[in-house]
Amino acid sequence: MSNTTYRLLDIMKREVLRLGTKPMYLFCMIIAPLFSYIFFASLMESGLPTDLPAGVVDLDNTSTTRNIIRNLDAFQQTKIVSHYSSLNEARKAVQKGDIYAFYYIPEGTTEKALASRQPKISFYTNYSYLIAGSLIYRDMKMMSELAGGAIGRATLYAKGATEKQAMGFLQPIVIDTHPIGNPWLNYSVYLCNTIFPGILMLIIFLTTTYTLGSELKDNTSKELMRMADGSILKALAGKIFPQTMVFLVMATFQNVLLYGFMHIPCNGGIGTMMLAGVLLVLSSQALGIFFFGLFGAMRLALSTSSLWGVISFSISGFTFPVMAMHPTLQALSNLFPLRHYFLIYVNQALNGYPIIYAWKSVAALLLFMILPCFILKRMKHIMENYTYLP
Amino acid sequence: MNNVFFNIIRKGATNLFIMCNKEIRNILKDQGVLIFLILVPIAYPLLYAFIYTQEVVRDVPIAVVDDSMTSMSRNFIRMVDGTSEVKIQSYCTDMEEAKELIKKGNVYGIIYMPEDFTDNLTSGKQSVVNIYSDMSGLLYYKSLLIATTNVSLEMNKKIKIQRMGNSTDRQDEVGTTPIEYKSISMFNPQDGFASFLIPAVLVLIIQQTLLLGIGMSAGTARESKGMNYPDFIGKNSSGTLYVILGKSLVYLLIYILVSAYILCAVPKMFSLVQIPDTFTLAIFILPYLLACIFFAMTCSMFIHHRESCMMLYVFTSVPLLFISGISWPGSAISDFWKVVSWIAPSTFGINGFVRINSMGATLSDVSTEFQALWIQACIYFITTFAVYRRQINK
Repeated sequence: MSNTTYRLLDIMKREVLRLGTKPMYLFCMIIAPLFSYIFFASLMESGLPTDLPAGVVDLDNTSTTRNIIRNLDAFQQTKIVSHYSSLNEARKAVQKGDIYAFYYIPEGTTEKALASRQPKISFYTNYSYLIAGSLIYRDMKMMSELAGGAIGRATLYAKGATEKQAMGFLQPIVIDTHPIGNPWLNYSVYLCNTIFPGILMLIIFLTTTYTLGSELKDNTSKELMRMADGSILKALAGKIFPQTMVFLVMATFQNVLLYGFMHIPCNGGIGTMMLAGVLLVLSSQALGIFFFGLFGAMRLALSTSSLWGVISFSISGFTFPVMAMHPTLQALSNLFPLRHYFLIYVNQALNGYPIIYAWKSVAALLLFMILPCFILKRMKHIMENYTYLP
Repeated sequence: MNNVFFNIIRKGATNLFIMCNKEIRNILKDQGVLIFLILVPIAYPLLYAFIYTQEVVRDVPIAVVDDSMTSMSRNFIRMVDGTSEVKIQSYCTDMEEAKELIKKGNVYGIIYMPEDFTDNLTSGKQSVVNIYSDMSGLLYYKSLLIATTNVSLEMNKKIKIQRMGNSTDRQDEVGTTPIEYKSISMFNPQDGFASFLIPAVLVLIIQQTLLLGIGMSAGTARESKGMNYPDFIGKNSSGTLYVILGKSLVYLLIYILVSAYILCAVPKMFSLVQIPDTFTLAIFILPYLLACIFFAMTCSMFIHHRESCMMLYVFTSVPLLFISGISWPGSAISDFWKVVSWIAPSTFGINGFVRINSMGATLSDVSTEFQALWIQACIYFITTFAVYRRQINK
């Protein structure tokens, strides 16, 4: 074996020892991501929240309205937990957080409907809770359509219309929806696929800057450079590689959890997502090295890593689309590896399109890996001359 | 007798003042702690609110495939294009071409008008419009669905009236829509994303920056070996009490200002939903701040190095936001995670604040959260006392 290999092995051995003896690394590299994965997987186990509490103000209280309420309760997302005697009382219950929405049936609804005087029912949804509000809204709207439709159909049948004719008359144009890749509108699919890699990235940024900074803090950076024969490339490679291995295991575990245990469909094949995991780990480590080289101070580099990692979640566009953000932010989103990973995931796992359509994102992640090259010289200077600054 | 009592009070106040003074100096000379306690609370909410400032998604680019090519299908398409939710970016000759655009990420949805669209309508049959949506964001789907549904309802109404001839008889219309219905959005009239998410994030920022700031300050003290307290802090309980009260009083004063900025000024700047009774809000926030401060002081025992605080705390923001029950409905959170969520003051703080701020709740409406925060404040005060006493006696 050549001298270089020996040197590298020595540095790696030293790094493994460092990782193994500080509980901080165990916590950050393994426990924290594992905890987060298990937390989100179990929190969103059902995919869609069911039986969200809703209320009813039924001032009419006839068998027809009671039937409407029973039907509403039978919808999957809605559970009628309470009856209120007035709008005010129901509103109070919403403010107390007892219910997310309520259905309001005014007095005389049945009588008016029978006398063809077109009564009006209404439903109130609390959009301070966007997911819960939207889901109940869907059920209540559907119920209202059905309630009106049932009476309308009955009138038309009585006039001798067939079912087809009746539907053609009541609802001439209907919309048939095809949500591509997630026909169940499953929230777990929509959220976990980006939250998992987002947490791993955050942790990689932090660990990478922390481990480089601790060389200065523990006053061992000169020793490291001596072991590497003064070559910053060798020093970095030997130091980062053991962590790369741990994070690759975590990235693989993440994919197995998502597409194996949680049964989230992976249309592009698990192989490409595994490769995407490699890109995720390497690009995040590269960015972490870059941050440290840029600042040369552990605390500033760690603060930037934290900021970058946390902002990733918002700016990657998996909840609020990037196209709807301010143009400045649209441009800035390109500086976050999670944004590109998200686009690769959409292209591969969600839609199963050929990877060529996501070439820009792949190229972007590869570009992140080049970043450390720009600060190598500075990094050498830092490692040889800087001392720890609190 | 009276004099002795007066002396005790005076001595206590002096000691407390010395501790406060010392802590303020500590904070001021540490740039890292200053960043967490002042800079991040000022700048981060602005950045966050800026990201979500558009509230709703407008003009989602979509493609259209019109196999019907009739004036009616064109009318439908024109009306969809006229909605604020979507914008027709491309007209494609077939589905393959449109799907290609989706793959490239140029459009996020397709409207397909089948060949028999108008034929069905004229012969009184039901006509189907197919929409395909990219599911990388649920908001694309929502926009496309709302736009097409609204247009279809509007056209349906016109078609029905047309079919009934020029009859002015309302009887027929009533016969087809026997019950009218109306949906009312409460407390977030735009159904906006910012008004839903930002309030929760704002409350969480208070807790997380306190954890980071107090954690960093404790880590630094521990690194420099010894807290080097003034002489009057003996190894007795009253000494510990002075340390805790002095420190927490300083944090509380800083965070009263920070909270006023984060919870009142920021929502105003970005015109988010904001209908709180200021007095209720102030009364509610007090136990939240106390609970957060003592929670952070207790947790700071895990911080042995200055920088460890970031490694340990930052990632928790994501699970804490979800477990609070704002984005993921609280009723769908299992009992196990619900109990876990009671550890953090943010769970109760977020729920109470959202209801007071966005929904105009009174203190009695949020009494559960209010009491829980006071209980947390007491429990974490006791744990803080325990850990600090051990620390001082070491």
